[in-house]
Formats: sequence, C-alpha cells, structure tokens
Amino acid sequence: MVEIVSLALGRTVTRNSQYFKFHPELFGTRTPIFWWVHKWTHVRFILRELTSVAVALYALVLVFHIRALSQGPEAYEVFLAWLRTPLPIVLHTIALVFVVFHSVTWFNLAPRALVIRIGEKRVPDVVIAALNYVAWICVSAVIGWTLLTA
Amino acid sequence: MGVTNIAVEIFRYRPEEQSEPVFQTYEVPFRKDWVVLDALNFIKDDLDGTLSFRWSCRMGVCGSCGMMVNGIPVLTCATFMEKVLRRSHGAVTHPIRVEPLANFPVIRDLIIDMNGFMQKLKRVKPWIIRAEEKPLSQGEYRQTPAQLAEYKQYSMCINCMLCYSACPIVGLEPGFFGPAAIALAQRYNFDNRDQGKKQRNEILSEDDGIWECTLVGECSVVCPKDVDPAGAIQRYKVASAAGWWKSFLLPWGEP
Repeated sequence: MVEIVSLALGRTVTRNSQYFKFHPELFGTRTPIFWWVHKWTHVRFILRELTSVAVALYALVLVFHIRALSQGPEAYEVFLAWLRTPLPIVLHTIALVFVVFHSVTWFNLAPRALVIRIGEKRVPDVVIAALNYVAWICVSAVIGWTLLTA
Repeated sequence: MGVTNIAVEIFRYRPEEQSEPVFQTYEVPFRKDWVVLDALNFIKDDLDGTLSFRWSCRMGVCGSCGMMVNGIPVLTCATFMEKVLRRSHGAVTHPIRVEPLANFPVIRDLIIDMNGFMQKLKRVKPWIIRAEEKPLSQGEYRQTPAQLAEYKQYSMCINCMLCYSACPIVGLEPGFFGPAAIALAQRYNFDNRDQGKKQRNEILSEDDGIWECTLVGECSVVCPKDVDPAGAIQRYKVASAAGWWKSFLLPWGEP
C-alpha cells in the first residue's frame, strides 16, 4: 500500500517520519490481474488485445510455409497436406475471426484519431471510416486477385 | 402516498478507528427527484454527521462530488437514485453502493487524495506558452470562432477525475499521466495562441505519457462533459507518430 500511495503522490512517503502522526493514513488497493472480467466492454477490450496472439500464430505458420518452400517440392507437398488437416483449418478460422474483429474495431475507431479538415469544414466521421473500409477492401481484392490468378 | 425507504451502502474509512474500510448501510427516504448526493446530505444532516464527502455546486460544473455508485464513476449530483436502483419485478433487490473514486488513495470515507492528479496536470503545462510575449501595447491575441472550435471540446473538462477511475491503465500504472491531463495538453496544443506544442510533446512522449494508453475507451464513456479524452489521446498518438516520420524522412527540415 505504501508503494501505491507514494506512486500516486509522485513522491516518496517516509513512514517513520515524526510528522506521520498528523499525516493522512491513506488507504489504497492494487488492481487485480482479472480486473477485466466483470464488465463486457473490458472483456471486449482484452479480446481485442488477444487478437495479436492470433496474428503471431498466423505469422508463425507463414514462416514454416516459407521454410517448407525452401526445402524443395517434396517438403512443400507434405506441408500443404498438413495444412489440409483439421487442426490448421481450425487455427486459421480462429485467426480469421480475430483479425476481422480487430480490423473492424480499428476502422471504427479511426475517425476519433483522424481529424481532417478541408478548408473550414471537418470531414465527417462516417466519410473517414468509409474511406478506410474502401481502402481495406481494395487492398484485399488486389492481394486476393494476385494470389488466385497466379 | 407514503415515502418508502431504501438502503444505501457507504464505504467508510476512518483510519483513527480502524485500519481497514467497512461498509455501513443507511436507510434513506426514496424520492424521485433526489440524486445520490441528496441522499448523502440527508445522511450527513439527519443520521450520521461523521460521514465525510466532498461536494460543492450541485449542478455538475465544479467536479467535486465524483464517486463510484454501484461500481461506476459518476458525479453524484447528476445521478438520480431512480436511475441507479437495481430492481427486479418492481422490488428493489440491491442497496445503492457508494464508494470513493477508484484508482486513488483514500484519505477518509468518500474523500480521495488528488495530489497525484494535480501534479500530473501541472506537468503537461496547461497554460498558453509563448516563445516571446508581445508587449501589452500591441494588444490582445486574436482568435476566430473557428479557431476556438478547434479546442473548445477539450476545454470543457472540470477535473472531476471520473476518467481516472474508469481507466484501468491508471490503476495498473499509477504513474500514467491519465486521460484528463492529456486532453488538457491537447486543449492548449490546438489553441492558435499557444506555441508550446514541442515542450508538451517531449513530456508526453515519456514512458508515462500517451503510449501507455491502450485505448480501452472507458474514460470517454464516463466523462460528464463529453470531452472525449480517449479521442484526444489517439489524435496525439497520430500527430506524434507523423512527427517522428517527418523528422526521420526529412532530418534537415523544421524539427
């Protein structure tokens, strides 16, 4: 408690000071590790933070994908066969859901961070969010088209 | 029609009597036009004069009466008891629980120590900084309504500290500057009369500054003045990142 109090006060509190008799005896609690379980908005926030784990897992799969590619056609075929088994499919589905959740919340928040003015007028939030979505869809379409037609 | 009583459960902390806080329950009359602060004043006046809490204006402008009511930081003068009563089939199921603002050390009962907050506020230099003050004879610093609109929202802050109670980062990292202080820094950054953006940027780019914020967004939800501190912090992050890229790509340019 002493530590919390001193941090919150921005200075060190010495307990053995002779003035302490007249110093307020402050009460403080620590934030518990599971502070976020009681409220849905907090749970949603933690879920959003956890989307990074899904992205990391996907990146790992990609690294192994490239590794298999460098080991020659046989190793690559083995890897592709493994990708068709249930476990990787489930992992990819979870990663997709998380990444879509992250992207949608990110684009919805974009207008709050971006304030753009054209002349005197502020560009409305809806327009900024819409432009972000359009850019997202366009980039996804280009990547998808490149992958599928190659 | 007779007035029914309802139970109000209040956090009591009297360090000279007990080292741990306790909850004390009071029966107060339930009136539709009463806010939580009215109930507290009723207790103080008629039931128990030892209860301590801060209040002043009773109209949501002074920012003194912020407390946790049923776990949510609110201005007690602007929160009707009717709104916070938890009912099931018309019957009241839970007492109204009043606690001091979370994430602050408690001095006594519902009174928190705001020293840490005050020091954070001061550190962001919330005043107009000029590179050179012009002499009085040259007149005032002019501002158009459009220039005022740039920062007006952020100037509405009443320092009630509800956002600090709502922010889990403040609880986890007590050194974090916090929502109101950063929003107030933005209030001066967006002021056309101010020239202190760079000074503030240096302070707010420190470890305890804007990058501690992970955008939980609860500060803006509880703000009674619609300041949107979360938005202010995100705008700061964008500006700060853009500034870094600019100095990285154009190191010879204006710093």
